[in-house]
Amino acid sequence: MKIADDQPPGLSALDRPNSYIGRSVPRPNLARLTQGRGQYVSDVTLPRMVHAAFLRSPHAHARIAKIDTAAAKQAPGVVAVVTGAELATVITPWVGVLTHLKGIKSAPQHAIAIDRACWQGEAVCAVVARSRAEAEDACALIAIDYEILPAVTDAETALDRTTPVIHPELGDNLTFERALTAGDPDEGFADADVIAETTFVFGRHTGVTNEPRAIVADWNPAEARLTVYQGTQAPHMTQDIFAKHLNLESHQVRVLTKDVGGSFGIKVHIYADEMATVALSKFLRRPVKFVADRLESFVTDIHARDHRVTARIGVKNDGSITAFEIDDLTGIGPYSVYPRTSGIEANQVVNLVGGPYTCPNYRARARVVFQNKNVMCQYRAVGHPIATAVTEGLVDFAAAKIGMDPVELRRRNLIADDRYPATGASGIKFEKLSHHASLDKILAMMDYAKLRAEQAELRKRGIYRGIGFASFIEVTNPSAAFYGVGGARISSQDGATLRLDATGAVFVHSGVTEQGQGTESVLAQCVATAFGVPLDRVRVITGDTDNTPYGGGTWASRAAGIGGEAAWQAGKALRANVLAAAASMLQADAQTLDIRAGIVVDADTGRERITLEEVARVVYFRPDTLPPGFQAEFIVTRHYVPRAWPFAFTNGVQASYLEVDPKTGEVTLLKHWCVEDCGTVINPQLVDEQIRGGIVQGIGGALYENCLYDESGQMLNGNLMDYLVPMAPEMPDMQIGHVVTPTADSELGAKGAGEAGTAGAPACIMNALNDVLRPLGAAALVEMPFTPERVLRALGRI
Amino acid sequence: MGDDINAWNTAAAGMPMSARILDVNVRVNGEDVSAQVEARKTLVDFLREDLALTGTHIGCEHGVCGACTVLLDGAVVRGCLVLAVQCDGATVETIEGVSDSGTIADLQLAFQQRNALQCGYCTPGMLIGARELLARGGVPSRETIREHLSGNYCRCTGYQAIVDAIESVAQARAGVGK
Repeated sequence: MKIADDQPPGLSALDRPNSYIGRSVPRPNLARLTQGRGQYVSDVTLPRMVHAAFLRSPHAHARIAKIDTAAAKQAPGVVAVVTGAELATVITPWVGVLTHLKGIKSAPQHAIAIDRACWQGEAVCAVVARSRAEAEDACALIAIDYEILPAVTDAETALDRTTPVIHPELGDNLTFERALTAGDPDEGFADADVIAETTFVFGRHTGVTNEPRAIVADWNPAEARLTVYQGTQAPHMTQDIFAKHLNLESHQVRVLTKDVGGSFGIKVHIYADEMATVALSKFLRRPVKFVADRLESFVTDIHARDHRVTARIGVKNDGSITAFEIDDLTGIGPYSVYPRTSGIEANQVVNLVGGPYTCPNYRARARVVFQNKNVMCQYRAVGHPIATAVTEGLVDFAAAKIGMDPVELRRRNLIADDRYPATGASGIKFEKLSHHASLDKILAMMDYAKLRAEQAELRKRGIYRGIGFASFIEVTNPSAAFYGVGGARISSQDGATLRLDATGAVFVHSGVTEQGQGTESVLAQCVATAFGVPLDRVRVITGDTDNTPYGGGTWASRAAGIGGEAAWQAGKALRANVLAAAASMLQADAQTLDIRAGIVVDADTGRERITLEEVARVVYFRPDTLPPGFQAEFIVTRHYVPRAWPFAFTNGVQASYLEVDPKTGEVTLLKHWCVEDCGTVINPQLVDEQIRGGIVQGIGGALYENCLYDESGQMLNGNLMDYLVPMAPEMPDMQIGHVVTPTADSELGAKGAGEAGTAGAPACIMNALNDVLRPLGAAALVEMPFTPERVLRALGRI
Repeated sequence: MGDDINAWNTAAAGMPMSARILDVNVRVNGEDVSAQVEARKTLVDFLREDLALTGTHIGCEHGVCGACTVLLDGAVVRGCLVLAVQCDGATVETIEGVSDSGTIADLQLAFQQRNALQCGYCTPGMLIGARELLARGGVPSRETIREHLSGNYCRCTGYQAIVDAIESVAQARAGVGK
């Protein structure tokens, strides 16, 4: 078994005796999860709990003329049948806009549609019953008269004057538009010897979390408190929003998040059916549970990536890139999703295209339009897979046009490793990246020259293999610049509260959350190291708005870099407080003491002075023996938010080696490599597994995943039989390497690592495929997913 | 489709309750259970709702994702594709049972050490599926392991760590190191 090296890294400011930083220690929650002892929201049952099911619109756009609930109300087990108008007496609608996305607009969205359904799958009525099965039975007895309205489905024509406007009060179907010009793109293209241009098309896909969205809401009128068990990435955010729209104070709402069966950005948004569930609990004064089934997940979980980007690159014969230009169009469904908006992905595409390269000349336009399909919003690596595929696809097309090796063209244009800090063409700021070191490392890992020779040799024998690269950048550790400045009540700062118990163990309460990434392990490693105890003396508590510091949760690759730094600082502060108490007992200078492996020692010699258990015993049970005036403080809290940089950009490069069968169009992935630089690596195994899992999600988008809609707005493949996800037999082994460039914004120096895999994988799969097909005279593959049919079409075989 | 369900409901409503609720006697994780279940209730719903065995998960309810994988008379089945009443007279084992019996303790430990799970939602099904392959003995190739897992969906890991963990257990059980 290939367990990552469990070795401390080279000496740094983080070195402490018995350091856990840089070590692949196993996660504390895995024993429980391997024994079926997890506590997912799907598993929660409460006294008097009832189950909600939603009748959903079968039409993409329809006026609700009449709802007849009489038969449903008589059905066995039914507690209530509630329409949108009835529920609106309990919960207010919302609008998904932010002020820093200038001009973004959307319409009020209700927990349950009131007069009109705007996509196939929007809830139009709720049934609450003793069991989910009975609730679903009763849904089938609700009679609704629909007046079908014309559906706007094609983003390309959504802005045409002849296309109906989905929300007439908004004037048109434009959600958001951003234009950017940097440098002199016209001169850049005029200077180019060669211009490569194409239109990249990205399939609409979705997160397919293994556990669907799940929520149990428990309004207790006797306490005037709402307790919500929710599989969410951002408990404090949902607490704030539930309170706001139920007309409560946020301290009246407690959000509890235990185990979450996958999130990937799907579970960081506000969903109408979850808002309806909390409202139903308030309405019925008892606990209500809703777990989306797989079929309704496909038409209600946010979709993402449905972009069409016309793009071009100018390049000189010596390989220098002279200009980039893109025009991005994306359709995001009938509403901008609350509260993060559906403008962010297109905004990211504009920010990120051309990001790894020195070229200053850039023109971009992005348009986001409404349509009558399921909503789109932020999903793992928001915008990055699109921007990276556009940039890296163009780089490869340009390299082919001037007859240069694609690696060489990258080498000539990537920002030099000694040229930081640097600013990208779109204005994004890089503290310090390592594109060249990363490229050198991946070439060595894959033995590039040998692989090219093998490829050429095999081609002679009719075996068609391709090699593709993708350099990328990734946004991590976001400051308030991401959401806070736009008016969203989403915390960018995070905190950790540490408490020494009476036996010398440490409790860590953190505002970041765990959905399987290993957040709790990383927090424990930071605290154990900074404070000075063995890992098994640290217990981590997350996902409880009553009992954790106010924080943002886990998204945008922020948990380790932000939550980890707060935990690290809190560990140092608690150590100082405990040493002050120990010093008072020992009549020693606290500066001469340290805590190592749970024992207070002389810092110079390591000689044992007193155990933590003994210090705790005295402080808690015999404080009368401490010197007068001394008060021990064994609870500390520290917070952290990045201030020096709006985001901690990371970088990396991926490579794919694959084979195409020209007769069938089938793609076989042979090997995948990734070198990435997330700064300080707290737990190498967890970082590598984040990258591997992320790569496979990226491969899903490149080869399989696509939410197919017909012209009337019906999703055609909304089930796991027809919507293909990556499964074990088709996935390659992946080799991961690292370059370590810590951020100086925090003492820990850790940047995020959760989205790098997804950011780069589609681009390098695309480039590897075109590396196979180009010598065969095929048309360029630029429309994802690259199905066998599309490969065969590119080859002209069908 | 709504009409079909309405028709079914009308017909079902006219049926005597005795025809819709059936007795089932089943041995679950070594304990005899006698219960009355609706004819339409799936095995996984019965395990989770009636017996509170929540280690078996629900991912798709149409037999693709494998999160509900359990053992029925020793064979791997999808708990969402078997009705509870079909299990009358049978033996069912779930992740709780195989955990308590210790029969896959080495596999569970390997999953922990190799971080072969992230959110853990697929893991019980994945372990029960892998147990079947390992029970055949020998050291399967990585391709064989991957093929054997083809009915178990994991969104988190990318599968490589799972293959590594299963391979390592096969090697250890066969007494071959790597």
